[in-house]
Amino acid sequence: MAAKMTEQQASPEGRPEAGPEAGKEAREFREYCRRWLEENRPPPTETPLPQASYEVTYDDHRAYLCDWQAKCYEAGLIATDVPKVYGGHGYDNFQSIASDEVRRSKVPYFLNWIGLGMVAPTLLIHGSEEQKKRFLKPIFSAEEIWCQGYSEPGAGSDLVSLQTSAVKDGDQWIINGSKVWTSLGSLASWMLLLARNDKQDKYNGITCFLLPIDQTGVTVRPIHKMTGECGFCEVFFENAIVADDLRVDDVGAGWKVAMSTLTSERGAATGVGAVTHTESPLSSVKELIELAKTTKRNGVPVWDDPVWRDRIVKLYIRIEAIIQHARRAPIEAINGGAMRLPLQGKVVGSEIGQDLNATALGVLGMQSSLYVGDEHAVRNGRWPLGYMNSYTGTISGGSSEIQRNILGERILGLPKTK
Amino acid sequence: MAQPQDFGFDDDIVMLKDAANRFLGQRQTLVQLRSSLAGTEDPYRGKEREGWYDPAAWQEMVDLGWAMLAVPESAGGLGLGLVAAVAIQEEIGRAACPTPLSSTLQATFVLKEAQADAHLAKIAEGSTMALALFGEDGTPDADSTTVTADGNKLSGTSCYVQDAQKVDGFIVAAKAPEGLGLYWVSKESVTIHRARIVDLTRDQARIEIEDVEAEVIAEPGSGEQVMARALPALLTLLAADMAGAAEWQLQTTADYAKLRVQFERPIGFFQAVKHPIVNMMIAADETRSLVYNAACAYDHDPEDALRCARMAKASASETAAFCSNRSTQLHGGIGFTWESDVQIYHKRQMHSQFLFGDASWQRQKLAELL
Repeated sequence: MAAKMTEQQASPEGRPEAGPEAGKEAREFREYCRRWLEENRPPPTETPLPQASYEVTYDDHRAYLCDWQAKCYEAGLIATDVPKVYGGHGYDNFQSIASDEVRRSKVPYFLNWIGLGMVAPTLLIHGSEEQKKRFLKPIFSAEEIWCQGYSEPGAGSDLVSLQTSAVKDGDQWIINGSKVWTSLGSLASWMLLLARNDKQDKYNGITCFLLPIDQTGVTVRPIHKMTGECGFCEVFFENAIVADDLRVDDVGAGWKVAMSTLTSERGAATGVGAVTHTESPLSSVKELIELAKTTKRNGVPVWDDPVWRDRIVKLYIRIEAIIQHARRAPIEAINGGAMRLPLQGKVVGSEIGQDLNATALGVLGMQSSLYVGDEHAVRNGRWPLGYMNSYTGTISGGSSEIQRNILGERILGLPKTK
Repeated sequence: MAQPQDFGFDDDIVMLKDAANRFLGQRQTLVQLRSSLAGTEDPYRGKEREGWYDPAAWQEMVDLGWAMLAVPESAGGLGLGLVAAVAIQEEIGRAACPTPLSSTLQATFVLKEAQADAHLAKIAEGSTMALALFGEDGTPDADSTTVTADGNKLSGTSCYVQDAQKVDGFIVAAKAPEGLGLYWVSKESVTIHRARIVDLTRDQARIEIEDVEAEVIAEPGSGEQVMARALPALLTLLAADMAGAAEWQLQTTADYAKLRVQFERPIGFFQAVKHPIVNMMIAADETRSLVYNAACAYDHDPEDALRCARMAKASASETAAFCSNRSTQLHGGIGFTWESDVQIYHKRQMHSQFLFGDASWQRQKLAELL
């Protein structure tokens, strides 16, 4: 929780300052966010933005989204609860209100989601004072885009097997090896890197670094996903250099640092304001119902087919359950333990999302074969595209299978599967 | 209408729920239930089974105020809402407790919607009653009743009546020329034919009503509306019971997977066992969140109550089927035996799944609202 700062900072007109009277303040802040977002909604892009921020590839989208994120940051919608001394806005527990309103208003997402969702929370917990002052503000404003260098060809779900090496050389480290599935790799100037400083000690032999990407020892190569979009990259290190003062926490503390970062990624934490999607599950299922009512087969709406209708209503119910989870999770007496519902968030959300998209393909029937760019494609191929992209949710950031291990072990106390 | 973010789950309800959990844990109902079942096991050659419950425990529940929980203060009750009733019912389900409380809580909400204060006052004093709504084919709709009313005289047969052996009287749905009415009849005025049922924790009967003088609860023609308003509460109470039972099934199966060793490891080590147990948790949690939402909607946003209750019962029926299936399967041979408590919960859930309509029925009705 961010400490309240006393110093004054220029703020856009109408934004209430942090202070006591939490209830009234919170209401006013929500009002302010809503109004600001309504008045500052950016015009649409020339070519449509991808469905999620991790699929952004092109420079025009990058420029547009960086500009948008900077505006939202200045307005106080990002880094809302971060102390002012680190470039934040110094509120107490208002981030969730701001993020709520961003999602609700269906404005574009924030491009620097790894920076906001993972790097900034990591730095706030593990970073040195200098690192926080140097790096946080440009993350918030999207002046510097970040990627994350965790997964490797031989270390995906089994992250601790990573082999990229870090060898100390005076006051710097020499990095060799490669990373893969690096989202935003082609747009980023910095990487939150995990590298192995000790081959003998599996868990205590990993160190975390802040690595500058624009150097001769680093090569970034885009990977195209099954959708054809460039979703992520491979990154190769050949004697890449990172200064020792860009090390996060102690030598060998990388696994501990990574675990706290992954909690930000896997948990429900909004961190410092990362919003990666503009479509909520509820809006998607309502759209699916609309699709079923308007799509006809043999002259009859698909919605009138009880088999399809039943399948859609099942999804509708599960999505309502997710929404109600958010309501139940903070209530100690009925949440079954603090982490039980938050840790289910990723696996449940991503699997329902996948099912929802797959169901839409069924509703569309042969029309689901029409892809992006076909003039007859429903919503420019949004559904087949969304279906394929849904595997990002069920695989990345700890696959559904790993999530179930974590849930079984951490929540239900079942024996560890190593 | 605005709903409280915390479902209205205030400190008093938390205390009530905790107390219920402790009380039902101490009573060891299933131990007593088992001794009542001795000799009745074999469905072909065993003794006839009575609908068993612990009258002493019931009296204590009355003394604790559970029976009058949702009775309005004007009728001598505590005046609490459905969220409070659901908190208790969830614990009843977790304990798989045979008790007239389940039916009596349901009756309370029907009486409330009918503004039948005189009968509500009887509940506040410890009287018990059950709903007699359904016809022969069990269509989960009060409309399906085949009982008819001629003035205050009722005739016909009401089927699938729950807790019939445990209660003092019945709220009967009957058709009159003006439409559906609701009536109260005492257990002495009707013939109760006990059904042989799968569930060991309930009893069920068909009640035969022959020209019986009844007390009017809802005038003919107003019964549909009363039942429509009460239905969300009935569905939600049942779903809460099922959520509680599902949580028991989850925890018991997880515990067993930590203890049972095969291939030199507790079986919970193996992902083929671990992952389905996690899926039980995911299912149970979805139901639970939907149950609180539905209870809160009934208390604070009646317009939306039916939509929320259909979701809760649909989810509860799916969860009950899944958790029952996995709990027996993952217990292996022992889970298939009479000796294991797993079978008691499995059968209670089988019964609950279909009461007031199964998942596909609820989804079909829900679709009409979307």
